Amino acid sequence: MGEIEGRGQRMIALCMLGLVLFNFPILALFNVPGEIFGVPVLYAYIFAAWAALIALMAVVAER
Amino acid sequence: MLHGPVIVLTAFAYLGLLFAIAYYADKRADAGRSIIASPYVYSLSLAVYATAWTFYGSVGRAASDGVGFLPIYIGPTLMIALWWLVMRKILRISRQNRITSLADFIASRYGKSAVIGGLVTVIAVIGILPYISLQLKAISSSYSILVQYPEVVMPDQPGALTVGGDTAFWVALILAAFTILFGTRHLDAAEHHQGMVAAIAFESLVKLLAFLAVGVFVTFGLYNGFGDLFGRAAAEPRLAAMMTPIEGVAGSYASWVWLTILSMMAIMFLPRQFQVTVIENLEEKHLNKAIWLFPLYMLAINIFVLPIAFGGLLHFPDGRVDADTFVLTLPMAEKQELLALLVFIGGLSAATGMVIVETIALSTMVCNDLLMPVLLRMKRLRLNQRPDLTGLLLGIRRGAIVLILLLGYLYFKLAGEAYALVSIGLISFAAVAQFAPVVLGGIFWKGGTRNGALCGLIAGSLVWLYTLLLPAIARSGWLPLGLLEQGPFGIELLKPLALFGLAGLDQITHAMIWSMIANIGAYVAVSLSASPSAEEHRQASLFVDVFQRGGETGGARFWRGTASVPELYNLLARFQGAEAADEALREYAAARRLRWPLERADAELVHHVEVQLAGAIGAASARVMVASVVKEDALSIDEVREILDEASQVVAYSHRLEQKSRELEAATAELRAANERLKELDRMKDDFVSTVTHELRTPLTSIRAFSEILRQDPNVELPQRKRFLDIITKETERLTRLINQVLDLSKIESGRAEWHESQIDMKEVIADSVAGMGQVFEEREIQVETRLPEWAPRVPGDVDRIIQVILNLLSNAVKFCEPGRGRIEIALAQRDGCLRVDVRDNGPGVSAEEQAVIFDKFRQAGDTLTEKPQGTGLGLPISRHIVEHHGGKLWVESGAGGGACFSFTLPLARVAAAA
Repeated sequence: MGEIEGRGQRMIALCMLGLVLFNFPILALFNVPGEIFGVPVLYAYIFAAWAALIALMAVVAER
Repeated sequence: MLHGPVIVLTAFAYLGLLFAIAYYADKRADAGRSIIASPYVYSLSLAVYATAWTFYGSVGRAASDGVGFLPIYIGPTLMIALWWLVMRKILRISRQNRITSLADFIASRYGKSAVIGGLVTVIAVIGILPYISLQLKAISSSYSILVQYPEVVMPDQPGALTVGGDTAFWVALILAAFTILFGTRHLDAAEHHQGMVAAIAFESLVKLLAFLAVGVFVTFGLYNGFGDLFGRAAAEPRLAAMMTPIEGVAGSYASWVWLTILSMMAIMFLPRQFQVTVIENLEEKHLNKAIWLFPLYMLAINIFVLPIAFGGLLHFPDGRVDADTFVLTLPMAEKQELLALLVFIGGLSAATGMVIVETIALSTMVCNDLLMPVLLRMKRLRLNQRPDLTGLLLGIRRGAIVLILLLGYLYFKLAGEAYALVSIGLISFAAVAQFAPVVLGGIFWKGGTRNGALCGLIAGSLVWLYTLLLPAIARSGWLPLGLLEQGPFGIELLKPLALFGLAGLDQITHAMIWSMIANIGAYVAVSLSASPSAEEHRQASLFVDVFQRGGETGGARFWRGTASVPELYNLLARFQGAEAADEALREYAAARRLRWPLERADAELVHHVEVQLAGAIGAASARVMVASVVKEDALSIDEVREILDEASQVVAYSHRLEQKSRELEAATAELRAANERLKELDRMKDDFVSTVTHELRTPLTSIRAFSEILRQDPNVELPQRKRFLDIITKETERLTRLINQVLDLSKIESGRAEWHESQIDMKEVIADSVAGMGQVFEEREIQVETRLPEWAPRVPGDVDRIIQVILNLLSNAVKFCEPGRGRIEIALAQRDGCLRVDVRDNGPGVSAEEQAVIFDKFRQAGDTLTEKPQGTGLGLPISRHIVEHHGGKLWVESGAGGGACFSFTLPLARVAAAA
C-alpha cells in the first residue's frame, strides 16, 4: 500500500507542477518575441515542458 | 484521379477494413485469445479523444489564435497524472458493480436512482449532439472539398457544387448502420466490445499517421523545416503578432485556464472516454502505460498543428479558404492527390471513431438508464412476463443509435453552419463537465446525496443550456438575436452571454464559471441539508471505500429478505438469455463450492444476480427487477449505519485477532521448544539414573560374590582369602568413589556446590598435583615431563577443584598409557588472557567419535562391553563442569594412534561467572 500511495503522491505533485508550468505567470514569461532554433519562444517552451512532464509521468508510472 | 465514386469507394473500402478488424478481434475474444488485452491497444483506444475536431479544427483554431488549441490537450495530460488516484478507483468500482455507462455509474452511486440515471442520459445526449454533428460536418465538408479536386473551393461559397447539401444525411445513416454492426451485434453481459476497441485503436494509428504525413509535407516539403516556416510567417506583418499569441490581459489567461479545466473534465466524463477508459478496460494495470502513452499520442498529433496553420495562412493569404480545412486544402493546392486522399481517410478515421464509440455509449445509456426503467415500470407492457428480453434490449439500442445520429444531423442543419469546429466541440465539453462534481464528489465524499446530485446536475445543465446552447441556436437564426443583445424581455442582467453583468470573458469561460457555481453550489448545499436514505448511505460507502472493502460480496451484507432460485434464474435468463444465465449461476456455485443445482437463495446469490443484471440493463433497472421477484425487508438508515459500523468494527477486530494469533503462534513455538528441552532433560535424567544404578551394581555384585564365597567356604586358603578381601576392599573403594562423584556431579549441576574462591598460582598447583601422583607414575614406570613458564599470573578460582581437574586428567593419561613406555607431558602457558594447561600422553589416542562423547556422563573411551572399565565415567564431565564454572573451556585434541592432548583454559579475569 505504501508504494501505491507514494506513486499517487508523486502523480499529484506532477499534476501541480503542470498546473504551474502551463499557467499565468510562468506562461507569460515565455510570451515574448524571439525564437529558439527558429521556433517562437512560447511554442518551443510549451512543447518542451509538455514533453518533459510526460517523461516524468512515464518514470513515475512505470517504476 | 479523385472523382466522387473513387472517394466514396475508398471510404467504404476503409470502413470494410475496419469491420474486418473488428470481426477478427471479436472472434479472437470469443476464443479467449484477445488481441486487445495490451496496454498499447488500450492507450490507442483512448486516443478516440482526438476526433475530427482535432484533425481539422486544431489547425483552424491555431490559425486564429496561435496556441489557443493546446489547453484541450494539456488539460487531459494534467488530469491523467491524477488518474493513478481517480481512475483506478473508478475502474475498481465499475468492475465490482458491473457499471455499463457513465449514467449507470452516477445512478448507482446515488442510491441506484433511476431518476438520476435518466437525467444524466438526457444531459449527455443533448450535450453530445453538437459534438456528433461536428463529426458529420467534418466528413461531409471534407468530402465536398475533396471532390472538387483540383480546385480549392469552400462548400458554402458561390461556385461550389451542391453535393454537399445532404452528404451529411447520408453520412449519418451510413455511420448508424456501421455502429449497429459494431456495437450491437450481440448482447455482452460485461458490455465489452472488443472488436470495436480493436477498430478504434487502428483508426487512432491511421489518423496520427495521416496528420503527421501532412505535417511533414508542409514543414519539410513546402518549406525548409520549422525555422524557415516560422521565419517566413514572422516576416509577414499580419502573422507576426501570433508569435506572442497570448494577449497580456487577464481575460486571455483566464480562458486558457478554463479551457484547461474544461478538457480535464472532458477526458474523464465524455461518454465515449468513459466507455473506452472504464467500460472497455480489461485490466487495471493497463493504466500504468496509458498514463504516459496517451499524453505522448496527444503531443505527437499536435506537433505539426502550428506549422500547418502558418503554412496555410501563408499559402492562402486572401482568407478565402477556411482555416479548418488547411489540412486537406494544402495537399490539394500542391496537387498531392494521394496525400489528400490519405488526409480524407485520416479525418474519416477521427470522425467515425468518435461517432461509433460515442453513439454506442449513449445508446447503452438511453437503453439502460432512460427507457428500461420506464418500460419496466409500465405494468401494461407486461414486460415482467416476457421470457426473453435480449431482443428488446438490442432493438432499443439500435433504435437509439439511429435516433442519436439523426438528431446530430438535425443539429448540424439547425446550428452547425454558424460555428467553427472548435466552438461546437467546446459546447459539448461544457455539458459533460457538469458530471464532474457528482462523480468526483461521489467517489471521495460520502456526504453527497441523491437529491444533492439531482439539484447540482439540473442547476448546472440549465445554466449551460442558457449560456451556451441557447446562444448557439439564436446565432443560427432560429431565435431572435435580440435575446442575446438585449437579454430576455429586455432585462440586461439576464443576457445569456453576460449573465448578471459578468462581461469581458469569452463565452466558454463565462458559461463554465456560472454553471460550476450553480452545479457545485446546489450539489453541496442540498446534500448537506438532509441526511441520506439507507440505500444512498450504503452505496456511498461502497463507492468511497472501494479499496477498503473486499470483493463483490460487499453489497450482500445489506440485503435481508427471501427469494427463490428459479425466480432469480428466470430473471437472469430473460435479460441475458438462458445460456448465459445458466453459466452465470454455475460459475457462482463453482466459485463458492456450492452444490449444483443451487437450493437456497441467500443474500449473496441475490446480490450476485443483481450485479449480473446490472451488467445488462444498468444498476437502477436491475434494482427494480430484482425487487420484483424477491420479498425484501427494507433496511432502515440506522440498520445500514449499524452494518457499516459493524463492518468497520469487524475489520478492526480481525486486525486485532490477527495480531493476537501471531503472538500466540510465537508463544506456542517457544513453549514447544521448552517442552522439547524438558523432555530431553527428562530422558537424560532417566538415562542417568539407570546408568548410575548399573554402575553401582557392578562393584556390588563382585563384593557380594566374594563375600559369599568367604562365608560359605571356611576352607579357603589364606592367600586366596587375602586376595578376595583385597578385591572386596577395592570394589568398596570404587563404590565410594562412584557415589562421591555422583553426589559431586549432581551438586555441581544443580548449582549447590560450594566454591572457595581464592587466587591460584597454577605453577604451584601443577607441581603439587604431579608430586601427589608420583607414586602412581613410579608404579607404572611412566615418565612425566613438566613444562612450566618462569612466571605465571595468578588466576581466580577454587584451588581444590582445579587440583581435582588436573588429577583427573593425569589419572586418565596414566590409565591409557602402556606401563613401562608411557610418557606424559604437562604444560602451562599464558595466551589470549587465559592460562592454558595441556596434558599430553602417548596412549592410543581418542578417535573422533569418542571425542564427541567422552565428556558425557558414564561414557568412557574403549569398548566398555569387552574391557573392564577403568574409571567411573564421571571424571571428565565433572572436570568440564568445573572448568566451565571458572569461565574456561576443556577439550581434547587427538589423532587416533597419536596420543591424546586434553587442554583446559582458565581466564585471568572472570568475565561472567557461571552458576
